[in-house]
Amino acid sequence: MSSKVIQAMYNDDDVLMDAVKEVRAAKHHIEEIYTPFPVHGLDKAMGLKGTRIAITAFMYGCVGFSFAIWMMNYMMIEQWPQDIGGKPSFSFFLNMPSFVPIMFELTVFFAAHLMVITFYMRSRLWPFKKAENPDPRTTDDMFVMEVLVEGNVASLVSFLENTGTVEIKVTEK
Amino acid sequence: MYTFSSKLKTFSFALMIVGLLGVAYGFLSTPSSVEDVKIMLQESHDAHEDTGVATTHDSDNHAEAHSDDTHAEHAYHYLKNKPWSALYVALFFFFMISLATLAFYAIQHASQAGWPVVLFRVMEAITGYLPVGAVLLFVFFVLSSLHMNHLFIWMDADVVSNDELIQNKAGYLNVPFFLLRAVIYIAGWILYRQYSRKLTLAQDNASDNKNYIKLFKSSAAFLVFFLVSESMMSWDWIMSLDPHWFSTLFGWYVFASMIVSAITTIALVSIYLKGKGYLEFVNNSHLHDLAKFMFGFSIFWTYLWFSQFMLIWYADIPEEVTYFVSRFNEYKIPFLGMVVLNFVFPLLVLMNSDFKRVNWFIVCTGIIILIGHYIDIFVMVMPATVGDQWFIGISEISSVMLVLGLFIYVVFTTLTKAPLLAKGNPFIKESEQFHY
Repeated sequence: MSSKVIQAMYNDDDVLMDAVKEVRAAKHHIEEIYTPFPVHGLDKAMGLKGTRIAITAFMYGCVGFSFAIWMMNYMMIEQWPQDIGGKPSFSFFLNMPSFVPIMFELTVFFAAHLMVITFYMRSRLWPFKKAENPDPRTTDDMFVMEVLVEGNVASLVSFLENTGTVEIKVTEK
Repeated sequence: MYTFSSKLKTFSFALMIVGLLGVAYGFLSTPSSVEDVKIMLQESHDAHEDTGVATTHDSDNHAEAHSDDTHAEHAYHYLKNKPWSALYVALFFFFMISLATLAFYAIQHASQAGWPVVLFRVMEAITGYLPVGAVLLFVFFVLSSLHMNHLFIWMDADVVSNDELIQNKAGYLNVPFFLLRAVIYIAGWILYRQYSRKLTLAQDNASDNKNYIKLFKSSAAFLVFFLVSESMMSWDWIMSLDPHWFSTLFGWYVFASMIVSAITTIALVSIYLKGKGYLEFVNNSHLHDLAKFMFGFSIFWTYLWFSQFMLIWYADIPEEVTYFVSRFNEYKIPFLGMVVLNFVFPLLVLMNSDFKRVNWFIVCTGIIILIGHYIDIFVMVMPATVGDQWFIGISEISSVMLVLGLFIYVVFTTLTKAPLLAKGNPFIKESEQFHY
């Protein structure tokens, strides 16, 4: 199904923020916004839900922590409890302080890397991915708001023109 | 302006009176002679036998008679020290809160932080206890050096004459130099406290930033002094209780305990005042920042606690490891329990960003953290002074009540002396509009 979108260009993030609020107030659907840098508060103005990536990081950390405990316990206590320099390898807790650095690092390692990979997967980023920006200027100094056309094209264009846009394009998506 | 509510004032007086009675009871109930202790030990021994755990060693009777004497002698000294140590832990605990608040305050000035400006008067009120607490501690040290108690065994000439290790440290650990150092630290801290207070009050009505610039420079200078004096203070006041033991990161470890308790206290006092409607310019982003500091410094404390413990445990050098052996054998519950209170609990509760904005979460965690750090100081001091005779009983609790009452009284009296908003600070607008 092909649908029309209007790409309204802005050259200032403050103007963009005001425009977003106006468009939302007028109940038009914002498809996407392309900005060259993070605009503070844009997600709130667009009404996007908060990210849950911190929660995934916490769970990945728990996995790493458990993995470290299992690994150290299996290798150092169960498999071959050798006396290495008088360290007590009779039980995990007796020798735990020496495992803490590894437990800590593996927790951080799992939390950090798996969270990053989750981020790449959720935001569909990988090498050789085709760039999706509608206009090369959006990576430099232009802000583009894509609004879905649901009714009359002309009235939406004139509405957007009043929001401080510097350029408007109507395209098929 | 803040008015000291009569309820809180009565509460602080009640704490002080009950605490004073309890402390007096603690001092009066110490055994008066070694004979008393022997009877006491015998009674508890008999009581154990009655429960059926009969342990009779007829063959050892002779040897035991001798070791019982030395044991009773030890127990006698420990029990004599108990009310003194309880008082010392309480005095040091509240003193360190106000001292670290002063350090935190100086850091905020030196780093020109925008967000905490609305909290400066709360911090100044908490540091109002610093002169009082410092003088009380100094009086305590003078009493110790007059042999009213045996907390610092290196002050005892008989002990030193039989102890070559302490003799070799006598160049540093001797009473006149100890008291002189204490005077220098205390004077430096009080000087900066009074000077910075004077400057911020003057800045309130000033037309230029002269006072503010002076404050910036003096804060930076104070931080240099503080870092050196705090480290030496921790050797003098805490580490010298175990004069045979030493640790290089001890100063940082004590500092970590201090700063996390201080930030927690700032948060608790701010929440109390906001609840009473005195701090309408403090929003939940300010509290969120304080909670982040509580969280971060709790982990910092754990890092130092573990670093100190693990390095000594791992190398297991006899002269160092005795410190942890005595703590592990006789203080297992407080020693390991405080890690739960000071690390696991804040880690899990304060990790969530939303929870850090909920006042009752901060209050609950804050109280846990303060209890945890009281136990931390307790475990630093008690094994050296009362050994296996420790107990968190009347002496300990009433000492805390006494000093807590005084702390509340001084802090909230200081709050009434100045407007609650440091309006002359150049960052005040940023702070009032701060949001995260």
